[in-house]
Amino acid sequence: MSSVALVGNVPSAAALHRRSEDRTAWLLAAPAIVLLLLFVLLPVVAVIFLGFTDFELGYGKFRLVGFENYAHLLSDRTFRKSLWNTTVYTAIVAPVSIGLGLGVALLIESEPRARGFFRTVYFLPVASLIVAMATVWQYLFHPTIGPINALLSLAGIPGPNWLGASNTVLYSLSIIGVWQSVGFNMVLFLAGLTAIPRELYAAAHVDGARSALDRFFLVTWPMLGPTTLFVVTISITNAVKVFETVKMLTDGGPNKASEVLLFTIYQEGFVYLRVGYASAMTVVFLAILVVLMFLQYRVLDRRVHYT
Amino acid sequence: MRSIPAGRVIRFALLSLGALMILAPYIFMVSTAGKTQSDIFTSSLSLIPEHFYFAENFAKALNKVPMATLLWNGVLVCGLIFFFQVLVAIPCAYAMAKLRFRAARLMMVLVMLGLLVPIHATALPLYVAFDRMSLLNSYTSLVAPFTISVFAIFMFLQFFRAMPDDLIHAARLDGMSELGIVARVIVPNAWPAVTAFAIFSVVAHWNDLYWPLIVVSKQAYATPPLGLMYFRAAEAGDDYGALMAATLIITLPLVAAFLLAQKRFVEGITMTGLKG
Repeated sequence: MSSVALVGNVPSAAALHRRSEDRTAWLLAAPAIVLLLLFVLLPVVAVIFLGFTDFELGYGKFRLVGFENYAHLLSDRTFRKSLWNTTVYTAIVAPVSIGLGLGVALLIESEPRARGFFRTVYFLPVASLIVAMATVWQYLFHPTIGPINALLSLAGIPGPNWLGASNTVLYSLSIIGVWQSVGFNMVLFLAGLTAIPRELYAAAHVDGARSALDRFFLVTWPMLGPTTLFVVTISITNAVKVFETVKMLTDGGPNKASEVLLFTIYQEGFVYLRVGYASAMTVVFLAILVVLMFLQYRVLDRRVHYT
Repeated sequence: MRSIPAGRVIRFALLSLGALMILAPYIFMVSTAGKTQSDIFTSSLSLIPEHFYFAENFAKALNKVPMATLLWNGVLVCGLIFFFQVLVAIPCAYAMAKLRFRAARLMMVLVMLGLLVPIHATALPLYVAFDRMSLLNSYTSLVAPFTISVFAIFMFLQFFRAMPDDLIHAARLDGMSELGIVARVIVPNAWPAVTAFAIFSVVAHWNDLYWPLIVVSKQAYATPPLGLMYFRAAEAGDDYGALMAATLIITLPLVAAFLLAQKRFVEGITMTGLKG
């Protein structure tokens, strides 16, 4: 922006230089532009287009079917179930992992002892292979030989068939989801907490905010606004994208009780190879992401201004 | 404010309890990997195996899964992805941040759009294209879609903007070409951003199951998550001892890397702000 200000006072030379700089910039950015078109923009356009066709992999021909796929989606019980399950999963995992993440961050922040240790422990699931840890959870949740039910039976409680029963499977998956993302949210909140100036707490104390709770609501919570918004958006987006645990542990079952959006798309598109129909589902998925992003910007514009 | 001891005790207890719950799966993973079948069925709550069966379980896991191939595939795929991402993103971000670039605004729009689109949204057309080109079951199909990372561009852009212009002017006066400036001035100074991005990228792609599951159906190209899935499917039964041993081997590399460089990890994840 200001980098060419020094280059001589002959206008034509400056213009010449500017043009050559622009050309260099194009050259440097060219690989990125080409790949961006090839692997992001073109496929997005293609997926929107395919959503209006009856394309199936293995058949040479396809035809345009207008909004038929979308009309079909409205009455597709699997898809509706899948949307609902994704909503329930997100409605559990996002708030719980955000709340716990904030709680842990506040505790760690106020506890000088073993801070590094706790941070490492809570962050460990983020660095672990989720597919691998999912199989560990499957063992923990095992109805007969699993440690969780063994523990429950010690207390005289008959344990449920966690991942095997349609009324508990979504909650079991949610537990794994929360376990996995608490540490991630905690780290983001910790970063937000350390950015709050200490003087604000002193000022709040002078103003009569004596209890820890008063100080939290007077200083911490408002100052964490931008961080919280960021954590909320990321948590929701990540929960909507749940796939690994479902594919690994339940395959959408039992009885489609754990069908989630990405799993249904995967199943339609890559197992049944109905690419056209799966593309229409993908467009719905993309629309959800766009709406989430849009909401984030709206909130960001309206509420979270502290400068 | 000086906190009262009771409050501190409660806080410490809460943190420890939470930590125990986070660690429980790891504890049971290690313990079960050392148990015999009968041990697993009879005493699931005792953490110390009655007969130490680690060697047998690990041998079983290593026999049934080509563990070396899996790990090698994981390293190769993650390495190639990271290499290309940085190679493509750094010049682009430099052009956007430090050069008079008329398309910079347009690029910014493209990058912001790209941030919104995950692989799950582009997977169908890409799969069809790779299928047409007979590129399924290849390293190319595993790596190619990720060679462009808008995250990388976005992150390096922020980083380069904060870099002083004088550095670049001085290099130009020395007669360095723009490409030379990128290679010898920008990259060495962008090292913190590069390591942060490396961690983000490797964690994301080492863990990814979705895309490998789609384009790979042969064990020879399986990445660690996929290999573990095959192993579980092949075992079918309840041989949790061997399964936990396999799980342990596959989880270990990244966890070890994390424990060795946790500060960088945490920085990398918070700097990039996203995990998947």
